[in-house]
Amino acid sequence: MRYIDKTVVGLTIAFLALLFADFFMAEWMRFIGLQSLARGTVALGLLVLWRTGLVSFGHALYFGFGAYAAAMLTLLGYHDAFFLVFAGTLVAGLLAFLLGFLLRRYRAIFFALLNMAFSMILYGVIVKTEALGSTDGFSVLAPTFLGYAPEGEAVQTTLFLFTLVFTYLITLSVHLYLKTTLGGMSMAVRENEIRVEYLGYSAEKVIHVKYVFSGLVAGFGGAIMALAIGQVDPDSMANWTVSGEFVFITILSGIGNVAATFIGALVFELIRTYAFEYAPQFWQFILGGSLLAIIMFLPDGIWSVLSRLRKAEKAPSP
Amino acid sequence: MQIMKRSGGIALLATGLAAAIGLTAGMANAADKVVMAVPTFLTGAGAPAFGVPARNGAEVIIEAINKGTLPAPYDKSGKGLAGRQIQAVIYDESGGGVKQVAEFRNKVQKQGVDLFVGYISSGTCAAITPVAEELKMLTIFPICGTPRIFEEINTNPKYVFRTMGHATADGVAEAHYVKANMADVKGYTGINQNYAWGQDSWRDFDLAMKQLMPSVPASDKAQWPKIFSGQYGAEISALMLSKEPLVHSSLWGGDLEAFIFQGSARGLFRKKKLLFSVADTSVYRLGKKVPTGVILGARGPYGIFAANVDTPLNNWFRKVYIDRYSVPPVGGSYQAAQGVLAAKFAYDKAAAANGGKFPSKDQVIAALEGATYQGIAAEVHMNRSNGHQAATIHQIGILEWDKDAGEPIMTNVTTFPADCVMPPPGVNGTEWLKGGMKGAKC
Repeated sequence: MRYIDKTVVGLTIAFLALLFADFFMAEWMRFIGLQSLARGTVALGLLVLWRTGLVSFGHALYFGFGAYAAAMLTLLGYHDAFFLVFAGTLVAGLLAFLLGFLLRRYRAIFFALLNMAFSMILYGVIVKTEALGSTDGFSVLAPTFLGYAPEGEAVQTTLFLFTLVFTYLITLSVHLYLKTTLGGMSMAVRENEIRVEYLGYSAEKVIHVKYVFSGLVAGFGGAIMALAIGQVDPDSMANWTVSGEFVFITILSGIGNVAATFIGALVFELIRTYAFEYAPQFWQFILGGSLLAIIMFLPDGIWSVLSRLRKAEKAPSP
Repeated sequence: MQIMKRSGGIALLATGLAAAIGLTAGMANAADKVVMAVPTFLTGAGAPAFGVPARNGAEVIIEAINKGTLPAPYDKSGKGLAGRQIQAVIYDESGGGVKQVAEFRNKVQKQGVDLFVGYISSGTCAAITPVAEELKMLTIFPICGTPRIFEEINTNPKYVFRTMGHATADGVAEAHYVKANMADVKGYTGINQNYAWGQDSWRDFDLAMKQLMPSVPASDKAQWPKIFSGQYGAEISALMLSKEPLVHSSLWGGDLEAFIFQGSARGLFRKKKLLFSVADTSVYRLGKKVPTGVILGARGPYGIFAANVDTPLNNWFRKVYIDRYSVPPVGGSYQAAQGVLAAKFAYDKAAAANGGKFPSKDQVIAALEGATYQGIAAEVHMNRSNGHQAATIHQIGILEWDKDAGEPIMTNVTTFPADCVMPPPGVNGTEWLKGGMKGAKC
């Protein structure tokens, strides 16, 4: 019972509700949901880093790496979603593990910009590679699921189910991880690294573990995105603006709770979709404006609305 | 219970939001309308010179279709598409292929779009083709030029059409023009964007030159700037130093204008002979700053090439367009209008075959496949790639400044028949070029 708290219960209810809703949702809503799950998972990795006091402006590196890895495997004739997503996650995690040896030594702006530098190297390589379609990217065919090859709307329904199950498991484990000693070390590293070292822990190792984790989930998000949309290109997968979107979502969500990242990602997608629909010439302006509004009025993100409501609820009781 | 109560917050937010918005779905698509999505560049480097004129061209035609004011040969076909009014959803094409594919799904599933007429960039068209076929959505590409659409990406299209010639036609027409007018040229190089359109344009021009003028060498140092990069300092230096006198370029939109400004300042156009395949879109915008004496194309008989075409449809189009936007229509305007006219033609023809009743999607597709219809400036023959790829006449000329009229004009224009510049039906463009352009009727 000590692992079951309100977040676990809430996540499980949301999971079951979405599982059920999958079969009744409007197609476009499922599509937005799928993208929100993918982006939300990446933001989950950023949340873990953020709690450690680190902001990365370059997680499109792992997102793009995962997306392109999965997409390139389809070119080689592999179409199973389990294999593609697993491979995309793994190679991104491996890259994060290797780069982690360098990046764990940096903090603050140096960490943020070094990440960005690495992500732009990947971007540059993709743009220059004509076999991968340069700036155009290439199309990704619909995946199969352990031999099951859905068609039409069933592709998205199955993919949503697939993504939902894995996202649920990942989110749950992050939540439980953050409650362990190593997870709790996040805040400690952020607040006072020297004290952490005196307690006998290596701050760099703590950061490295979290960095690899963030790389893994970003790779997962990228692979899902490639399959969901059916297209990869460097500008939407590996450019610094994509990294910016992840930071945007993290700010929007706040780092109060793991569930917040998905709500933030959903809100982000909705703002973008509606801004694009109703103001085709000013949608970037609306997106920027809403970020500004969030920072000014809800500095702790959307999640803080929920905690404020709770406080208000408690107040009148004696 | 306490836990249950509080955790409801997360669950409620997630599902409530989803359900609430889900309810608003599917309310578009009124039965008496045809919802036509028109994606074109409204922001970014592609917008001012290409995206916005294309939108304007489409708007002029859509409005006339809805009011039933189109002149001959469309004057007897009544209002709307087969009697139904067009509800246009014009939106931004910028952001790359992934974003556009996502938006395509959104428009189909959320806004109940009936057909798409649009996309300017070859990159977007390449990304959209598979998803349009997957979602069984009638999609007319009026502008984008990469031959890969029907030669590699989908060789057996059912729902995707393109209503103008592709990059092979540009390359072949340019090579013919160079052969006829610059017989003693010593070599050629190029500056093209490093994406589908630029790569294909250069490849086809190069292959056509190798066939028509085999003794003229190509540079191995052609320049490949990134699309929408806007800075060409290094590339211009390289071109100035190259020994080839002829420079081929398929730059378009804002990139093209940036290149012209930066190149003019450094005397590139005095030192080299430039050949622009899409530069007509900028001639009116640049006014007196246009580099005169360059070889120029409009990807067909559009824009400045159509300035003196005396037909009721063209005269009407130019007049309405100039009255409304106070600039003459450019290639993009013509091409977008031609794409919308394809829909008008196909819906009306399908309705006639259907006994006057509003046709089904399959009937509209059958009506457009292999058809010949009248565009603003030229007849459009949908006779390539199973009737899904158009062929039209092609024109190339030399740009000069008319001092008396105070406007740019085309001189020394050569018109090429469609069957001279487009590969014959069922033949892959690259193989056709490599095999010596067999079957071309010039």
